[in-house]
Amino acid sequence: MSANGNLVEVENLTKRFAVKQGVFARGKTEVHAVEGINLTVRRGETLGIVGESGCGKSTTARLMLRLLDLTAGTVRFDGTDISTMSQRALRPLRREMQMIFQDPYSSLNPRKTVGQIVGAPFAIHGQKGAKTRVQELLETVGLSPEHYNRYPHEFSGGQRQRIGVARALALSPKLIVCDEPVSALDVSIQAQILNLLRNLQRDFNLTYVFISHDLSVIRQIADRIAVMYLGKIVELGDSESIYEHPKHPYTAALLSAVPRATSGGRERIVLSGDVPSPVDPPAACVFHPRCPRFHEGQCDVETPQLRELATGQSAACHYPLEKWPMTDDEIRQAEGAERVDRPHLEGTAHEL
Amino acid sequence: MSTSHDGTLLDVRGLTVRFPTSDGVVQAVSDVSFSLSRGETLGVVGESGSGKSVSNLAIMGLLNRQRTAISGQVEFMGRDLLTLPPDDLRHIRGKDIAMVFQDPFACLHPMYRVGAQIAEAVTAHQDVSKDAAWARAVELLDHVGIPNAKSRARDYPHQFSGGMRQRAMIAMALVHNPSILICDEPTTALDVTVQAQIIELIEEVKREFDIGVILVTHDLGVVAETANAVMVMYAGRIMEYGPARQIFEQPQHPYTWGLLDSMPSIERRLTALVPIEGSPPSLLAPPPGCPFHPRCRYRFEPCPVDRPPLVSPLPEAHPDACHLAWDEKVREGAKRSVTRLGDAA
Repeated sequence: MSANGNLVEVENLTKRFAVKQGVFARGKTEVHAVEGINLTVRRGETLGIVGESGCGKSTTARLMLRLLDLTAGTVRFDGTDISTMSQRALRPLRREMQMIFQDPYSSLNPRKTVGQIVGAPFAIHGQKGAKTRVQELLETVGLSPEHYNRYPHEFSGGQRQRIGVARALALSPKLIVCDEPVSALDVSIQAQILNLLRNLQRDFNLTYVFISHDLSVIRQIADRIAVMYLGKIVELGDSESIYEHPKHPYTAALLSAVPRATSGGRERIVLSGDVPSPVDPPAACVFHPRCPRFHEGQCDVETPQLRELATGQSAACHYPLEKWPMTDDEIRQAEGAERVDRPHLEGTAHEL
Repeated sequence: MSTSHDGTLLDVRGLTVRFPTSDGVVQAVSDVSFSLSRGETLGVVGESGSGKSVSNLAIMGLLNRQRTAISGQVEFMGRDLLTLPPDDLRHIRGKDIAMVFQDPFACLHPMYRVGAQIAEAVTAHQDVSKDAAWARAVELLDHVGIPNAKSRARDYPHQFSGGMRQRAMIAMALVHNPSILICDEPTTALDVTVQAQIIELIEEVKREFDIGVILVTHDLGVVAETANAVMVMYAGRIMEYGPARQIFEQPQHPYTWGLLDSMPSIERRLTALVPIEGSPPSLLAPPPGCPFHPRCRYRFEPCPVDRPPLVSPLPEAHPDACHLAWDEKVREGAKRSVTRLGDAA
């Protein structure tokens, strides 16, 4: 047991995947999936990880659970360094960390009954008396104990996700990683699952790492969030501070891009272009080719470190936002210096 | 909803689509009526299985006529598309009415160059040379914001990012200056910053070409930002249909309330989301009366028995299909907004 309040501590976490390129696979290149991340997950909190596809949020979570081997860095789970532990040595720790997956259709074996699926963790860890426990679990997640002998195809998407939650809860874990758990669900069902996860956290004192590309979902569930871009954390801090006062231009662009069902004008920063390839990420600040605050000679030369800009809020940016919301001009004119003209970035903000 | 008659592009009356299956007949769309004018964006919202996509496939004549029973009228420029011979329909589909689908990965052929696929769309309805068609393809790619369109037209789809592919799909839809653009979940497969770009592009295209847009989506946020009129569908039926402003500010149907209340807000953390309990009904055996009654918090005696017609409860209100009395709707609607706003921490 670690004395401090952190359940997971991650230092300089790095993962590179080798990819073969070219017909004869001569040129060996690497995808920089996660680059030198430092992160802690506190006991009983929900840490949200947000970012667009390919930013490394799922890889980060998988590394935390050692479902992938680390290229560099350390992961400490509950005070134990698990970064180089063998899978066999890890097994007793596995019951403390569980995962809920995105797709409730492919994450449940169609040929097993619900009883077998939810009971599998007990079987693997050699625990007896599984049936009554499974039936209790089904009730906990809002299903009926009579569902024990049914097959996954007899359930709707929302109910299947409840089965996945029951399986994750089976061995009373300390940490549950939820990887886009509501993305495949309709909005009315999504709310049911989010409420269920919140209530379970309260009742069982769970710690969540909650991955989502949906910023509204993260706002409802996370206490702290990490915003990722191209394998790096660009902003980290208390959820409320980040949503109310984003410091990193990328966070601001993400927040302003979300369509809202409420009326009222606001500025939208429309980022030009797409996320660059993680095979050959941009030098220094990875966001600089798309950034409205880009300063030549600094942002493309010097890598910004994650630094604390307000209590409980850090960002990796040389020119963090002074306030929020901001107009287009204010965003471009960081600290009096107007950015070098980049024609493809013109007209980035629009009055809505 | 336009009142002017001359601006109307599309007039759909009583559209009903049935699929016979081995388990029985699935009535995917029931008695759907709406109209679309130039310069208008009609947002069609609903959850999976609400019939929003099927109704558009029926309008486009993309459903197998042998295996589906389609009834009603789809009037486009004075002609009923449902009774038009397939050859005549082919001259309209892809030319006057174009469609953009959800998944730009599946809609482009992986082995042909992007430019060639757009050029093919040009020659499908126009007798022009290959070079002229290619030139038109490059021009359109440039128009939808593909940088270096001339060289990128020679790329294969896998060399395009998701957002660029969706731009290419929009370019292809614009080939023949259509009057109507049907977008079926155009941004669902895209990241949020790219989604914002595509939404802007669709809006630009609408203004520039003066066309009518039907935007099918499950994302109420996208609809709120772009649509002039909104149609809320549930179990194949229209629950509520009116100007976007009214639908979002004074929604009249309990299902719309439920949809709006279950949406997580990006503006504040809510103490609890209010989900709609239960799940959507099977269309093989839809519930009698109002299809939403089993999940509705406000149901009373007539709901499981009589199906409420889609009518305006008051002259100044928009049509909805609900038995609740007007006073009650106003009262409950007001209470609802208080509860939701009261959540502000």
